[in-house]
Order: sequence, then C-alpha cells, then structure tokens
Amino acid sequence: MIALDAVRAGYPTPSGFVAAVDGLSLTLGDHEILGVAGESGCGKSTLIKLIYGEFGDRTPLRLVGGSISARFVDPVTGAATELTGEQLRSHWWDLVSYIPQGSMSALNPVMRIGVQFVDALPARRRGADVRAEVAAFIAGFDLDAHVLRAYPHQLSGGMRQRVLVAMAAFVNPRVILADEPTTALDVVVQQRILMLLRRVQRWQRNSVVLVSHDLGVHYQIADRLAVLYAGKLVELGPTDAVCAQPLHPYTRGLIEAIPRLGDDRPRGGIDGRPPDLAAPPPGCRFHPRCPEAREVCRTDEPAFAEKAPGRFASCHFR
Amino acid sequence: MNDAPLLVFEDVHKVFRSGGVLSARRVAAVDGISLHLKRDVGVFAIAGQSGSGKTTLARLLLRLERPSQGRILLDGQPLTGAGALGTMAFRRMVQPIFQNPFEAFSLHIPVDSYLFRTAINLGVAAPGAAAERVVDTALRQVGMSRDRVAGKYVHQFSGGELQRIAIARALIPRPRLIVADEPVSMLDASLRMTIVNLFLEIRRASDVAFIYITHDLSTAYYLADQIAIMHRGRIIERGDPKQVLTAPADAYTRSLIDAIPKIGERWPELGDASCGWRPAGECEIGLSARDPLDRGGNR
Amino acid sequence: MRGSMRLATGLCIIAVFALLAFVLPWFAPDDPRLWQTVPRNRPPSAVHLLGTTNLGQDTFWLLTWAIRNSLTLGLCVAFVATLIGVTIGLLAGYRGGATDRALSFVIDSFLCLPALPVLILLASLLGGNTSLALIGVVLVLFNWPFPARQIRAVALSMREREFIHVAWFSGDSALRIIAVQIFPYLRPWAAANFVNTVLVVIAIETSLAVIGLSSAQQATLGMMIYWAVKYQALLAGRWWWIGPPVVAIIALFIGLFLVGSGLELRRSAAAGQLTG
Repeated sequence: MIALDAVRAGYPTPSGFVAAVDGLSLTLGDHEILGVAGESGCGKSTLIKLIYGEFGDRTPLRLVGGSISARFVDPVTGAATELTGEQLRSHWWDLVSYIPQGSMSALNPVMRIGVQFVDALPARRRGADVRAEVAAFIAGFDLDAHVLRAYPHQLSGGMRQRVLVAMAAFVNPRVILADEPTTALDVVVQQRILMLLRRVQRWQRNSVVLVSHDLGVHYQIADRLAVLYAGKLVELGPTDAVCAQPLHPYTRGLIEAIPRLGDDRPRGGIDGRPPDLAAPPPGCRFHPRCPEAREVCRTDEPAFAEKAPGRFASCHFR
Repeated sequence: MNDAPLLVFEDVHKVFRSGGVLSARRVAAVDGISLHLKRDVGVFAIAGQSGSGKTTLARLLLRLERPSQGRILLDGQPLTGAGALGTMAFRRMVQPIFQNPFEAFSLHIPVDSYLFRTAINLGVAAPGAAAERVVDTALRQVGMSRDRVAGKYVHQFSGGELQRIAIARALIPRPRLIVADEPVSMLDASLRMTIVNLFLEIRRASDVAFIYITHDLSTAYYLADQIAIMHRGRIIERGDPKQVLTAPADAYTRSLIDAIPKIGERWPELGDASCGWRPAGECEIGLSARDPLDRGGNR
Repeated sequence: MRGSMRLATGLCIIAVFALLAFVLPWFAPDDPRLWQTVPRNRPPSAVHLLGTTNLGQDTFWLLTWAIRNSLTLGLCVAFVATLIGVTIGLLAGYRGGATDRALSFVIDSFLCLPALPVLILLASLLGGNTSLALIGVVLVLFNWPFPARQIRAVALSMREREFIHVAWFSGDSALRIIAVQIFPYLRPWAAANFVNTVLVVIAIETSLAVIGLSSAQQATLGMMIYWAVKYQALLAGRWWWIGPPVVAIIALFIGLFLVGSGLELRRSAAAGQLTG
C-alpha cells in the first residue's frame, strides 16, 4: 500500500544536514499491523511523518533521497488510486489518520469531545447527521453518547485514548498511524486499547503502523515487526519469527534486555549508547555496541537483504 | 546486631484536598499503610499503577510531604513531628533517585559539583583532595570516573549516564535508605537493564536498603527482594516477588499480571474481552462477547 | 539569529545614547540649563547643532544633559526596584506558606496603586519643589512589585523541580539553593524586568514633566518638552527645540525594547538547544 524506497530524509541544522533516516526501504501491506520498534533517535517519528506526507518545503523535514509512493484500493468500489508521498498529505484524516500519544495534550482541554471529533473530520464528512453517526460509532467503542458532551479532563485516561482511536477510525482510513498510543497508560488500560486497535484493524480491513519502544506490545498485536536503529532498518519480518529467532544482534539485545516474570536468569542491557546522527559510526552503525563486531563491520555497511523468506536483516553474519 | 526495624510505617495516611480553596473534596493518596522493614531488606519494591499512591509514599519518605495521620519511623526515630530526625542526620540516612535523569541536575551547573557538595556538606570528606577521592570512588562504583564527568553539564550526557551519576551522588553519604522513584522508566529499554543490574550490584556490595518505586512488574520481579502491590492508597498484597508475581493471591494483582504484554505469550482471545477484574467507579464496561464493531453491510 | 540581531541593534542604539548621556556632557561649554547664554531661537547651524531655544540655551547640549538625567533616573530606579523585587519575589516563591501569603498581599497592594496620579498629587502638594531624587524614590516604591510578582511565579514553579530536591539532599542550605540553583533561571526574567522598568520610569517621569510637575531645575527629556510647549515652539515652527527630545524618547524606547526582546529571543533559543 505504501512503499518507501531507499529513503533518505532529515533536518537541516546549523551544523549541516542530519539524516534522521537513511536508505530506508519498507513496504506497508494492505491488511496488516506493522510494528515499528526502536529507541530514542532511531527515526521512528520521522518515519511516521514520511508516511503521512509531512515533509517538503513548508516543513522542517526534507526528503533528499529515494522515493515514497502509495497505492490505495477502495474496499467498496475496487478502484485503485496511485499517489506520491507528497500527495499523501492532502489525504490526511481521509485515507490516513493518526492516534497520538499523551491524550491530555492531544485533545483541546477547553472544547467538548463531540465538537473536537467533528472538527477533525474533513469538510465533506460533516453532514447534518454527523453527530448522530458519531454517537452510534463510538457506542462500539464502549463510549456512551454523554462522552461527546464532556470535556477531556472529565474522562479517564483510558476513555480519552478510546476517543482518539474512535476519531482515527471514524473516517474509515486505509492507514492508521499509532504513535506510542499506550505509553502513558496503565497496564490494564493498555491491554484494552491494544485489543481495541487490533479489532478495529481486522474489522475495517486496513493497515496500522504501530510505533512503540515496547517489544511486548508488538508481540501481542503486530503482524510484522520492523526494528530501527540510528535511522536504519536493521530487521524486518513476521513478529513471531523475529521475536523467537532475531537475526540482528540489536534485536536480540533488545529482546534479552526485557525481564520476564518467572524467568530468573540474569539479563543485561546493551552497552554504550545510540550514536549521534550528525556523525554516525562508519560501516555498520551498531558495531560499537555489538558483541559480535569484527573488522568488516567497521568498514563496510551491511546491506538490508532478505536472509530467509520474508525475513530481512542488515548484518554481515546472518 | 541491632534488631530494630529499619523503616516503620504506622497507619500512615496522606489526604489531599482537591478542587479550590472552598472545596471539601478529599483524596486519600495514601490510605492506611503499615509496614515493618528490617535492616537487611535489600530492595523493597512498591509497585502500582498511576494514582495508586506510590509516588506520594516516596514523597512522604523523603519528607517532601507530611503524613496527615500516622507516623513514619526510620531507625526508630520519627521523620516528622516531636523528636524528629534533624535535617543533617536525615540527609545522611536517606537519599533520593528521581525518575527523570535530565531533571536531576541544573542546566547551568556542572554535574560533578553536586557530588562535591554532597561529600563536603554531609561531612564525608574535607574540601580538596579528600573530596576528590570520595567523588572518584563513588563514580567508579557506578562504572564512571572523575575524568569522564569533570566540568561537564547535563546536556553532555545520556539518560543512562546521568542516572548513574545520580546514583553515585546518592551513595556518597552511605545512606541507610535510598528511595528510587521509577528510576528507569524514562530510559530506553536497552539501557534499563544496565541500571537495574547496577542496583543489584550495589545491593550485594553494601548494606544500603532500596525502596524501589515502579509500575513495571517485570523489572520488580527481577530486582526486588520483597514487593508490595499498591492500589488506591493501600497495600493489597505483599511478599516475595517470586511468589506474588507468579501466583498472586489477589485478583487485582492477577489482572495486572495478565495485562502485561509478554513476548512469547499472547493474550487469550484477543478481541474478546472479559477481564476478570473491574476497577470500581470507572466508567469502563467490559467489551461484550458479540463483536460490537460488527456492523455487517457495506462498510 | 533574529534574537541576536535585535539585541545587537538595540545595544547599538543604547550605546549611542550612552555616549550622548555620559560622555558628551563633560564637553558642554557651560551649564546648558542657564538661560540667555546664547542667542535665542536660532535654527540649527554649525555652531549650534540643534539650534537654540527661546530661553537662550543651546539645544544640543541641553539635550545631552536631558538624556543623561532621564537615563540615569531610569537606570538607578530600575536597579533598586529590580533588586528589591527579585529579593522579595524569591522569598515569597521559595518559602511559600505564610511568608508567601504575607508578601503576596503586600505585592498585590502596591500593584493596585496607580503611580502617575499619586505622583501628580505628591508634586502638587510639594508645590514645585519636587526633586528628581524624590521622584526616583517614589518610582522605586511603585515599580518593585512587578519583578517581585514575576520572580515569585518563577521561583514557585522551580521549587518542585527535581534538581532542587537533589541540591537539598546534597546538604545545601535554602540560601545557597536560591543563589546557586534557582538564580541562574531567574536571570533572564530579572534582566527583562530591568529593561522594562527603565522604560516605564522614563515614561512616567516624562509624563510628569510634560505637565510641569517634575523637577524644573533639572533638565530631563520631559522637561525639555515642557519648556518647548510652554514657549509654543511647535506653533512658532521651531522644530529643533521640540523635535529632538521627542525623537530621543522614541529612539530610546525602541532601543530598550529591542534589547529586552533580543535578550528574550536569545534566551528561548538557548533554552531550546539545551533541553532538546
């Protein structure tokens, strides 16, 4: 549905251009939940912006290499629309919608929920009966109609996040971008939101890009998992396979860094810290922290290649 | 060996008034906590979700709040009220580690200055060479060194490094108790275990007791010697984490454990939803068995 | 970048004024306030750069003295008022509780008093014997609450920041925490308030002077305007007498504003870089 091909994008800074993602090639399928995992500075926020077309002259983000293209098939009529990355922006909250993190700051505290809901819709959806439609729609999310008359602070964190999911789903988008949607939530509420998100995706038969630093979250609901490190894609594959047998040492390190209930084995983090994207290490960007690094890792950048059917990684030794 | 308990909570309550000056609404953040912690408790984890009262408990321990009712005794001496520990004595016995490593130091002051001040003010070393040695030793204990830290400011370090420096500072006066309030929740996952293992190392090498506040049960399992689960200001379950977190007695604890997204174990019936435990007073109805998103027709 | 541009431009303007105010007056041939020292009502020429006034004074040298007095008044009052305001604001914000309530009451009371009407009343009562010093003292009293209020708010917000707790647990005393930990965060606010107060003080003194209630003995920009208006310089077309003080005031204000605004822009840019 959306394809990124060798994309290099970043931000101009006083000390030069800093590429937040570099040489990224990724395809988002038509009916899947794609999990994007990575830590600070890996480029996941930039990836989200690239997917919904928030780059170009009027934004800080610049696309300087590669291309982004999209192909949407209308589920009802079967008609296909081809778009370039830049054109995606005009389909905001139409073909592409977004669930942000931190629901208290995502919702306007002085506007009622119902007003904000309708406000976010593109003009052509705001017909006379839209409020009735919205009330009927959110019932499926376990939200009473009275929620529409409430202000954000009157709802619990979980309810607010459900409102955000409902807002994003209401326009029946082809892609929902969920940027750390459950990070600030309690664990039980997180479970409900993630289950809700999965059910929305299965029901609307669209795709979700789920960004989260928590691999456990990806394991629960993501179909495929992409792991980013320092602006590069280091691993991609079906979630079960990636978690059971990670190909890239970074993925393996991340998985091993998570303590598990009932597991008493000693665990360790990954030494060192993510590199400065203004001056990344030569060769493989992970080599300063990699327990398996050898001479070739310092000089040659490994290609992101298919190592097994459906499984991609960028490492010299897999 | 002195057998007196290290830390005692005697039916401690902390009530906040919410709303405006004339409001009568009261929130009991801590609603009757009684605890006896022995000298050799090691790492005592207090686990709970947001609003459980765990942060208020930490603040009570650090004397940033006073209890509305009840007393807290450290080494037999009350923290507040009559006969309370003096300020200097308190600071030598209790030290904090906070959640946000980037907020633990001023942006305008070199980070090592805090370590020096701690050493000098709390009487650990005289200014000069003695203080230098103490600071260096403390930094080495956390895997850093004086050279790496000298004269540098907050923005020159990563979150993990700053947290290590914060731990080093807390260790300088050799306190009885270190109160760590979610010390790794703002760190990246790959760095978290490094700090958690550091806590383990310190616990093994010295007799400092840790009160470790967290919302992350998996880390508590790994690190803690004892755990108390907090909910709505009360401790609802307590004991050895290896038991409490694998075979909990309380339904709330059970629901927390079940809700953790674990690798290798999918939530049963993703899509169906009766969770065994429902929080009282919240407007959250369980999702019904029939798929409420099933509209059929032309969607 | 824009912050630095503004700051640079503002500082240039102020530098020009500083030159006019503090260097040049020493070169004046006589006390320019003395009447009838030079021919009256001459337009600008090589000898008299800005012409002469109806009272036989050289306008240019009079202007330099006026700028000096206005600026000195502004700077002195701003310095003392900011000092008092910052101290009281810090005390109120950091200590909190009863201290804060008491001090806030005082601050708010003074804030409610209108400066200009009170000064007019005072000047009328003293019947023309007001001196700049007295005006200065009264202006300090009226202007310290503004920085106090602002600094109090900042100090209050800083009280719960974690590094303040860390400093306390490092054994620092409250006084040291205020001076070393909190103060660097207050500097930009104190500076902004200082610049602002200079502006306000010059404005009030000028207002007083223009209606004839300031110190008639001293030359200030406002007094120059007063005398010019009194002798109907505008009606008589003698722009060189009334023009320069008005232009000087406007230019001074622009300069002060640019300095204040430039400082603020630079501060927020620097803060943005430091935190992320």
